[in-house]
Amino acid sequence: MLMMEKATVGSRRYWAWILCLAAIILAGFLCYLRQLSHGLAITGLSRDVTWGLYIAQFTFFVGVAASAVMVVLPYYLHDYKAFGRITILGELLAVSAVTMCLLFVFVDMGQPARVLNVLLYPSPSSLMFWDFISLGGYLFLNALIPFVMLRAEREEVSPPKWIKPIVILSIPWAVSIHTVTAFLYSGLPGRAFWLTAVLVPRFLASAFASGPALLILLCLILRKVSRFDAGDNAIHQLGLIVTYAMVINVFLVSVEFFTVFYSRIPEHLEHFRYVFFGLDGNYHLAPWMWLSAALAIAALILLLVPAWRNSPRLLPLACAFVFVSVWIEKGLGLIVGGFTPSPLGSITRYTPTWPETTIVLGVWAIGALMITVFYKIALSVREEAGVR
Amino acid sequence: MKITRKDFLRLSGLGLLALAGKKAVRAFAEAAAPSASPQTIKRWGMVIDLQKCRQKDGCTDCVKACNLAHNIPQIPDRAHEVKWIWNQSFESVFPQVQTDYTQQAYAGHPIPLLCNHCANPPCVRVCPTQATFKRENDGIVMMDFHRCIGCRYCMAACPYGSRSFNWQDPRPAIPSINSDFPTRTKGVVEKCNFCEERLARGLRPACVEACPEKAMVFGDLSNPETEPRKLLRARFALQREPELGTSPSVYYLI
Repeated sequence: MLMMEKATVGSRRYWAWILCLAAIILAGFLCYLRQLSHGLAITGLSRDVTWGLYIAQFTFFVGVAASAVMVVLPYYLHDYKAFGRITILGELLAVSAVTMCLLFVFVDMGQPARVLNVLLYPSPSSLMFWDFISLGGYLFLNALIPFVMLRAEREEVSPPKWIKPIVILSIPWAVSIHTVTAFLYSGLPGRAFWLTAVLVPRFLASAFASGPALLILLCLILRKVSRFDAGDNAIHQLGLIVTYAMVINVFLVSVEFFTVFYSRIPEHLEHFRYVFFGLDGNYHLAPWMWLSAALAIAALILLLVPAWRNSPRLLPLACAFVFVSVWIEKGLGLIVGGFTPSPLGSITRYTPTWPETTIVLGVWAIGALMITVFYKIALSVREEAGVR
Repeated sequence: MKITRKDFLRLSGLGLLALAGKKAVRAFAEAAAPSASPQTIKRWGMVIDLQKCRQKDGCTDCVKACNLAHNIPQIPDRAHEVKWIWNQSFESVFPQVQTDYTQQAYAGHPIPLLCNHCANPPCVRVCPTQATFKRENDGIVMMDFHRCIGCRYCMAACPYGSRSFNWQDPRPAIPSINSDFPTRTKGVVEKCNFCEERLARGLRPACVEACPEKAMVFGDLSNPETEPRKLLRARFALQREPELGTSPSVYYLI
């Protein structure tokens, strides 16, 4: 019924990979147990920098999850056939990414046993409440749609009619998850780094660049390790989407730069100075941010020239650059930069600790495991049904 | 006993109905209870006279009194410290009143900082569980340590850095436990509560009482005849970052 049996047959290489992921998950879990007993003091977080790697990863992966809309929309709304084969991969990637998001929020909680208080005492004035609703709903939609579609494929019947409005609903819903996530930050009066309306479009643009970039990389990996071929056409179209989104993302960041550096209002400027140039001898974020900027520019150069973008050797490189660049910008600089300097002007250095990093890797491994199992099931069902 | 599907549905339906009934009864009960009359609605506030406060340099009596009254752990690691009231230099507290050339009269002087008990508190707005809330009858911004899930969204939202998180179990770091006030557990946020436990007994906040210079004046800001309101009429006062629209209830007399 759940088609799980498809995930239990595989090659030696498949099982070695699963085992490797399981080991990382176990290590992360053990570190989490330690955090559970000692408290969040085992992380690098502090009174001034209260959110770090966990919430940053959450923010980044909400973007990856939302990016499924970049294949869903052309396929279902415009009947763009080239994405027919990869749409399900996008949706399943979204399921894994949302699950990772929820786990990242969960491991960040000081009192995880009380997390259901969010539902017990619903607080519509809190954006975190809405984030729970939008992420939960998105998870449900993106789990339901591929399941129904895949089952129809297996039975070799056309999918039920009622799924169409649900697919349509998933499109604005995808935009909503990242909008609400940006609102978490952009509505706080004392945090000038985030207090900008352009944060929402920036989040969406960087999401629609990094998510499809990851999807391209996954398709290329699938081409190597399985008989599945996404098709050159689909991959080139995805490459085009990454290009547009990355151009818009870099443009929006530059626009932000102009406002901050030209107006020179200290409370806005200080954060940018800290993140890119360092303040009072604290430079530890700057190299990362410059790496992110360099990767973004390198990726743009590779992507903007059609011959390079469509080259089978350069495209994966460009995609990796986009992914890493956005990961640093959103998964590192954005959160820590918002907290430093603190409202009272102090600079507290944040360095993730080993247990904290291991927990993060554990959640990454859970995401990778979900992707592996989901793709295995989806592709096995397809092969059997002869859809390929 | 075997429960058929029909029984199960019927039982769960009844259960849901009972739950809804309980909610309705509670709602009615709340509506029937006498609400506070306008006269009893207060807005507690504090006026800190910096001219008096700075007279005794190095004095931390208010901080010590608060730490003792509220079981504040003394954690040496600055990253993990918990503080409800503390001193910080004038420049970092009021950066916007600095000028380029004049030697500020208060430069370098420690300013007592605590929760501002804002009339429009961002921390309350963002809390996903209403674990932090503003009391309607006296304006105190409170924390429910038992409901807080430790997400620390309120700490991101507070523009004053007034909130602390228990990164570890605070109990071993409490020098002497005051059994009249609860200790906290790891993983929850806490902050100044304007000594609501003392106000309930008709006492003034511990810091106000401890101040040897009587620099802190506490009272109802909604009543023009109270001591803090008289001071605010007579002297020039600052609020911390009033431009953020939070409307702090703590004033600093210059």
